[in-house]
Amino acid sequence: MKRTLLTGNGAAAWGARLAGVDYIPAFPITPQTEIIEAIANWADSGEISGRMVTLESEHSMITAAGAAAATGVRVFTATSSQGLLYGMEMLYTVAGWRAPFVLVNVSRGLSAPITLEPDHNDILAARDSGFLQIHCATCQEVLDSILLAYRLGEDERVRLPVIVNMDGFYLSFTREPVEIPNQDVVNRFLPPYDPENISFRASQPTSQAVAVLGGGPYSYFRYEMHLAAQKSIEVFDKITRQFSEEFGRSYDAVEAYRTEDAEFIFVMIGSFATKAKEAVDRLRDAGRAIGLIRPRLLRPFPEAQIRRLLNGKKGVAVIDQNLSMGKGGILYTEIASALYGQPDAPPILVSFIGGLGGRDISQEEFFEMANNIRRAVEEGSAPPPRLLYTEGEMKEVRKLQAMANVERQM
Amino acid sequence: MDETRFKRIKDLPSTHILGTGTAMCAGCGGLEAVHEVYDILGEKTVFVNAAGCMTLLSIYPFTPFRGSWLYTAMASAPAGAQGIRDALDILLEKKRIPRDEDMDVVVLTGDGSAYGMGLSATSGAMERNLDFIYLCYDNEGYGNTGQQYSSATPHAARTSTSKGPKGFPGYKKDLFSIWVAHNPLYVATVLGAEPLDLARKIEKAKELKGPRLIIALSPCPTGWDFDPSESVEIGKLAVKTGIWPLKEYIDGKVVHTKVPDRRLPVEEYLKKQGRFAHLFSPKRNDKLIGEIQESVDKYWKGI
Ligand SMILES: Cc1ncc(C[n+]2csc(CCOP(=O)(O)OP(=O)(O)O)c2C)c(N)n1
Ligand code: SF4
Ligand SMILES: [Mg+2]
Repeated sequence: MKRTLLTGNGAAAWGARLAGVDYIPAFPITPQTEIIEAIANWADSGEISGRMVTLESEHSMITAAGAAAATGVRVFTATSSQGLLYGMEMLYTVAGWRAPFVLVNVSRGLSAPITLEPDHNDILAARDSGFLQIHCATCQEVLDSILLAYRLGEDERVRLPVIVNMDGFYLSFTREPVEIPNQDVVNRFLPPYDPENISFRASQPTSQAVAVLGGGPYSYFRYEMHLAAQKSIEVFDKITRQFSEEFGRSYDAVEAYRTEDAEFIFVMIGSFATKAKEAVDRLRDAGRAIGLIRPRLLRPFPEAQIRRLLNGKKGVAVIDQNLSMGKGGILYTEIASALYGQPDAPPILVSFIGGLGGRDISQEEFFEMANNIRRAVEEGSAPPPRLLYTEGEMKEVRKLQAMANVERQM
Repeated sequence: MDETRFKRIKDLPSTHILGTGTAMCAGCGGLEAVHEVYDILGEKTVFVNAAGCMTLLSIYPFTPFRGSWLYTAMASAPAGAQGIRDALDILLEKKRIPRDEDMDVVVLTGDGSAYGMGLSATSGAMERNLDFIYLCYDNEGYGNTGQQYSSATPHAARTSTSKGPKGFPGYKKDLFSIWVAHNPLYVATVLGAEPLDLARKIEKAKELKGPRLIIALSPCPTGWDFDPSESVEIGKLAVKTGIWPLKEYIDGKVVHTKVPDRRLPVEEYLKKQGRFAHLFSPKRNDKLIGEIQESVDKYWKGI
């Protein structure tokens, strides 16, 4: 075991290296590139035995990843944003092949307008693809989650590919102290890939991913995937327990921070939850009974854990770093559906949209959101969803617009 | 390789290894080509398929293949081949499977994929020098969706998206030359109705290691509008009129493998197909027929 400073991207590359991946189909996109560059260098220098191939698109990259996994090797790949969406047809397709592999997504806002900075619309567009999703908040968690993801996806009760998600810039380019576990401990935790009955061999001819006729067989196979994904919550719990025995770090499906005696809760996914934790501490210092929950798993959706943590609370603020046009925050909708009809559900659920395209969420804004939930609880009604946006930002945009107008007239 | 096992028709395999009773139309020229190719390649193959008519060969729980099959999507069958080939190589290299578990990886797509949506993936596979065979059955349209025009549709053909009096206004893309420009190991055109020429080419391709790409013109009774019993005859006419040149690219040279002594007029081929009926009735369109003849003449003058 060694402790070193690694970026989120560096941690992802190490995760793949420790998992002993055989095959790495790749395609570059900011802010993911450092992952595949690190792996390419290791492959060139012989430090890893895995073979890396750069495809001509993410659509092809995900096809090759799925096809190689279906042939029986351990596969790793990584992308971000436009790349994830470019490959979207294949995300859905290869998930149906039931051949597990791990894909790291480095979240980045989607075009248009084009940006390099993060939010979660890319990863949430893959929500219903059949890939399981693990969301990370620290660089250590990125490395560890990749090991967990292989165990989870390859489990005979699951057999689904897994996306490990981290935020671009805030994690991908941020150096944090990371413990790199010893290879022999990793090997104990993560045995070699067993393709079971999914493989292509001359002696065992097989037709994979064939057509079906009619809704009967189609529904059957699709629902099987759903059941496997649901089952994976239980499997995840078992695996994380073993992980914490081996490595001394534990990863519940939902991270709970100072929730026990809390009356109010923030709900967030990803690295901005670290900012929320800081706000929770400061609010606690001021005597406010507030806490945070951060679902690590988004698919499968850890409904029971979320209910357990939120039922009985007075008010909850869901902070979404994404926007479903014409509806609002996606996480908000998911949390609401988990709580609806629960006898002990929190009466107030408030939706905030923030952190789009890398926009920061300030401590003051967390305090303001805390005030908002408290007020809503006192008044007994939740305010409409709000976008976190300051007057200063509005002025800045107005200035840009004025400049654009001048440019146009020149 | 100059020595061929296939000197005359009776040298061709007499039994087919592809199962019968598939969902393909009667007289399907594409299926004919797949049969003939599969007989030469043998069972140790894994077909990687893109969306098209042939996708319906394997419908759960049935498959006519004695070897393996993976359906991918319309655009990325060559990338699927890349994943399988690389994975097999890794398994062989790491000695996790014995040599005799290896297979030929064969991409099977229609023209819609090959000439259009999947071209970038094919280009990438060639550039990476992937060891695979690409078999494109070219029925000159998006057959599975009802024969809309594709970039393989010939000039003037009626399709379900070109029903006007002049038919398809565009021209068939020269995929053979596009592939050849990548300088892969082997490229060939074939036709199910010319089984000896086809067998020799597939035999040759099978022995090579690298990108080997084959286009099979595939007369399609449903999309081209002719009686299934005419399928072979129409295929032969495509060669005799010079519309479908049989050729191969190997060692940096293009060689025509069957040059018609005296080319028949193109109308012999056109008039047999409903998709060109508007060239002959209610009034003969000499100008369009002439244009098609000219382009064929020009091709043969150029070789
Ligand atoms: C991404 C995508 N777009 C469209 C389709 C619909 N589609 C299915 S088969 C097909 C036609 C394919 O044409 P071709 O490759 O020539 O094969 P053919 O149907 O003629 O056998 C189309 C357009 C699809 N399956 N996937
Ligand atoms: S539509 Fe044409 S290519 Fe498709 S199965 Fe029928 S005959 Fe064959
Ligand atoms: Mg076609």
